[in-house]
Amino acid sequence: MSWEKELKDRVTQIEKGGHFKYHEKNKEKGKLFVRDRLALLLDNGIEFEDGKFANEDAEGLPADGVITGTGKVNGRTVCFMANDSTVKAGSWGARTVEKIIRIQETAEKLNVPLLYLVDSAGARITDQVEMFPGRRGAGRIFYNEVKLSGRIPQVCILFGPSAAGGAYIPAFCDVVIMVKGNSSMYLGSPRMAEMVIGEKVSLEEMGGADMHCSVSGCGDILVSDETSAIEKARSYLSYMPLNYKKQPPESTAHEPAAFETSVEEILPHNQNVPFNMYQLIERIIDNNSFFEMKELFAPELITGFARLNGQAIGVIANQPKVKGGVLFPDSADKAARFITLCDAFHIPLLFLADIPGFMIGTHVERAGIIRHGAKMIAAMSEATVPKLSVIVRKAYGAGLYAMAGPAFEPDCCLALPSAQIAVMGPEAAVNAVYANKIAALPEDKRQAFVEEKRREYKENINIYRLASEMVIDDIVNGNDLRQELINRLAVYKSKYMKFSERKHAVYPV
Amino acid sequence: MSHIPAPIAGVIWKMLVNEGDEVHADDEVAILESMKMEIPITAEQNGFVAEVVKKQGEFVNSGDILIKLR
Repeated sequence: MSWEKELKDRVTQIEKGGHFKYHEKNKEKGKLFVRDRLALLLDNGIEFEDGKFANEDAEGLPADGVITGTGKVNGRTVCFMANDSTVKAGSWGARTVEKIIRIQETAEKLNVPLLYLVDSAGARITDQVEMFPGRRGAGRIFYNEVKLSGRIPQVCILFGPSAAGGAYIPAFCDVVIMVKGNSSMYLGSPRMAEMVIGEKVSLEEMGGADMHCSVSGCGDILVSDETSAIEKARSYLSYMPLNYKKQPPESTAHEPAAFETSVEEILPHNQNVPFNMYQLIERIIDNNSFFEMKELFAPELITGFARLNGQAIGVIANQPKVKGGVLFPDSADKAARFITLCDAFHIPLLFLADIPGFMIGTHVERAGIIRHGAKMIAAMSEATVPKLSVIVRKAYGAGLYAMAGPAFEPDCCLALPSAQIAVMGPEAAVNAVYANKIAALPEDKRQAFVEEKRREYKENINIYRLASEMVIDDIVNGNDLRQELINRLAVYKSKYMKFSERKHAVYPV
Repeated sequence: MSHIPAPIAGVIWKMLVNEGDEVHADDEVAILESMKMEIPITAEQNGFVAEVVKKQGEFVNSGDILIKLR
């Protein structure tokens, strides 16, 4: 055989992946072959692949079950690692781990995003001494992820399982995209759970995509198939700079869609009546530019990327339609994470506040609402990107603080004419201040007294009064808000600040 | 059989369905009052009301079943 033919044959063999029957099995589950996934992900396919011959000496371990290399997404270079689940279920041997570590090192040197296409059963226990405990064992992958976090975008698309230690690959990524029915994350499999703690549970229930995207918050985006997962990853990267030293790419500006109702018309006059915050968001941002993160997790707070006149922004908005828009431990945690992500990559923050406050009661106190709320307030305080705070309707108590209120150095705190800022709402305030007096009044006098006091209270916290006290910087009509924000964002572009001089904060995690 | 739980601790301000009523996904079945806010509770799926478990004016904890569907 000629040299050239031998090389060609070997490469062809490697590029076929594992045994035919595993390809068939994957197909039945709607799973694509790893090289087909990469073809969909990358503009022009793989540019180069290192370690293709890894473990070629061993029988049936082409590329040692992982493909690592570079390619282009939206015209920009990215690095990737992609498990091949047709090769020993995508499990990790010593060379698998070494390949992943090397591509992380490459991404670090090149300062470009790194994508993890995960579909792996975990470590090969038979190879544990070579791949688990040492300096360049699997632990190094997670160490590197932490080191790269905030330096380059790290994106995880989870096509199958990410088991045991492997579940920490998604955990350290900026975004985790999961495919319904196929993706899972778990430390111990259901079989392990039954053996070790006696629990009988299905994989889907314990660590499935639905659960992680709606309950645990480990997943950010739930999709129905692999093609949509890959599209989501490409779309996500369109909001991200190549690395923390660069600015996010600008894109073509689009006007918002045309709506029959104005902003004023969608806002109920009674502060206690909910409205749908998505309606306001879509009236402000460029048409079709909303890329929501954690849509199904803690939906009382909306977080997502969007574009304002072509410029990427991060939106943090209370959703009064769900749980009154009250902040809970999970929603505060969700906000903290999203704010940190935007701040790391120079994405300005837009806060849209309509919030009655943080939840109270035994349940949330036991769940550590104070600790979780502190996370959000810390992340929001520390963010040095342009911060635009808009008080849409009510902003009561610590809710005002958490939504980048005036004391937290937003570049501006704007109010719509419907805004109401106070320690608490009129009903609660009147009860708190006059409880004894109300109780002492004859029953037929109470209602009139309470109403009078509420009216006085509302006057006292009137938004024009707060503007006159310069609590807020300006009052803007809802329909002018988009233009106001575009103008301000353009001006705030030159903002540069260092938050504080120290090693790092003692985070309230 | 599916149940509709309270998403948040609060008081049932209005119970909007009775036993035997047909409900559709996204229909409002009750309104809670919590944190001085009206919090609409919607059905997640279609069905018939088998039992109204909690009464108007009653305090409910997050996760308590308000309505049972069949």
